[in-house]
Amino acid sequence: MTGAARVTAGAAGDGGRPAIELAARDSYGRLLAYLAYRWRDIAAAEDALAEAFAAALVTWPRDGVPASPDAWLMTAARRNLLQAARHAKVAADPAVTILLGEEESASEEPPMIPDDRLKLLFVCAHPAIDAGIHTALMLSTVLGLEAKQIAAAFLVKPATLAQRLVRAKAKIRDAALRFEEPEAHDLPERVSAVLEAIYAAYGLGWDAAADSQGADLAGEALYLAQLVVKLLPADPPPKEAAGKPMEVLTDATREPAHALACNPAHAPATQPSNQTARAEAAGLLALLLFCEARRPARETGGAFVPLHEQDTTLWDLDLMGAANAALWQAAALKRPGRFQLEAAIQSAHCQRAFTGTVPWQGIATLYAQLAALAPTIGALVGQAVAVGEAQGPAAGLTLLAAMDDAAITDYQPWWVARGYLLAKQGERAEAYGCYQRAIGLTEQPATRDYLLRRAQALLDD
Amino acid sequence: MRYMLSFFQPDSEYQRRTDPKTKDAYLAAWMAYTEAVFATGMVVAGDGLMPPDAGASIRIRDGKRQVQDGPYPDTKEHLAGYFILDVPNQEIALEWAAKAPATLCGTTQVRAVMDRPPQMRKD
Repeated sequence: MTGAARVTAGAAGDGGRPAIELAARDSYGRLLAYLAYRWRDIAAAEDALAEAFAAALVTWPRDGVPASPDAWLMTAARRNLLQAARHAKVAADPAVTILLGEEESASEEPPMIPDDRLKLLFVCAHPAIDAGIHTALMLSTVLGLEAKQIAAAFLVKPATLAQRLVRAKAKIRDAALRFEEPEAHDLPERVSAVLEAIYAAYGLGWDAAADSQGADLAGEALYLAQLVVKLLPADPPPKEAAGKPMEVLTDATREPAHALACNPAHAPATQPSNQTARAEAAGLLALLLFCEARRPARETGGAFVPLHEQDTTLWDLDLMGAANAALWQAAALKRPGRFQLEAAIQSAHCQRAFTGTVPWQGIATLYAQLAALAPTIGALVGQAVAVGEAQGPAAGLTLLAAMDDAAITDYQPWWVARGYLLAKQGERAEAYGCYQRAIGLTEQPATRDYLLRRAQALLDD
Repeated sequence: MRYMLSFFQPDSEYQRRTDPKTKDAYLAAWMAYTEAVFATGMVVAGDGLMPPDAGASIRIRDGKRQVQDGPYPDTKEHLAGYFILDVPNQEIALEWAAKAPATLCGTTQVRAVMDRPPQMRKD
């Protein structure tokens, strides 16, 4: 396990990595994916690469940075792997032979290192690996983050997380899980597991304020989402939609949500199955970009500002444009899915920056589609709020009341939503109780303060 | 699994508890948390403690009793209360610890409760 890739640049978590560190992140993932794919042992590849980075720290300042740093690192890492293998007397292993063969040719000219990171992502989110560790595994292998940097976000002890990572990597090795890209018919499901794990990373980054040791998981997740969109094999886009993404780049006011809502029709069966995967990957990227675009408005002076009260002039229009472009790209594939719908909901919220109003009825419709497709507790609560705004609080409260009691007991957003809709309906005492409950379920100080103010206001006037 | 969540507060929090200007906010935060924890039905036991200066500490050294008002002064945070929760694993215990008001300004310790050997079980 290593964070050596990071040694070349300052501390992580200072908001946005410096360029050199971003480059190191790119190299690290590529090199590890390449080695792990051929060696089929992630932990061994990590150790070998860590040693190579350590050697670089000694050699490069003395002898100068090599012309191709990646090739240098890879040669060194490969040598380390071979040495370890000889030591373990497994030199007859075909993997060793392959690496030996490649080493011969490597001495003549630096090899082009192919990008195997998608394969690595697929292995990290393999159905045989516990879904609970998918996200941590990706952050550790593809990005080279250390257990101690990410453990806090998962609310586990660093030692526990490190242990789980070791176990998962051993399982991948021992079960000889395939590093190949999945079969076409498996692709949407496998990509979906990768996307879920990336989305979880973003959520952790959004919730957990990173300490000085911690990584900016939101930034890392965005990077991974972009990576998946970039690396998923491309098909020619459907002809009728070809011109759209460029158009919206200059016009953030258009509403791709509308296009999605109007075209939920099932795509013809003749479309290749990776269209679904690519549509959802672009959908996730759009979703994360919309959230990033609103990030600057989320707090003023350390105080939490909810979406509907945010100063829209603080929203990042460039990111919003990029988000809309990604969503158009997804919508053009005509394979609606969970992440596209969530992105479309975000897109609809962002309309307020241009029209001054929130299209609640449209948002309620999108939530209804989302709830039909993926009835997560979050989607159901979102739907209830949108319906409450569009059709009056009573309608929203009815939806909230219909939800499963066991699921909502410690689900903070449900209590906030109910408190909000009850207050809207003038039932102050009941609303106050709900806010109190929500406060007890809130970890973020800024959010808690906000809820305390809302609750206090119910008593005051 | 039973876990004990011990809430350690700095002195400033004990002042907030009694100061008429901050008392309500202090209590409201703990009330909200306590209610949420109890609502899950996993509370085995739990209580808050009176301020440390009203308590006493005792130790025996070289056969001699040493009794002192309040806690020993070398600690900056003092035990303010505890919960014993019956939860499936340590992560869930940590999740609840993260939400406690004490965690924001002090420290919340999460420790597994030891299973008593049969000869120690009186119940």
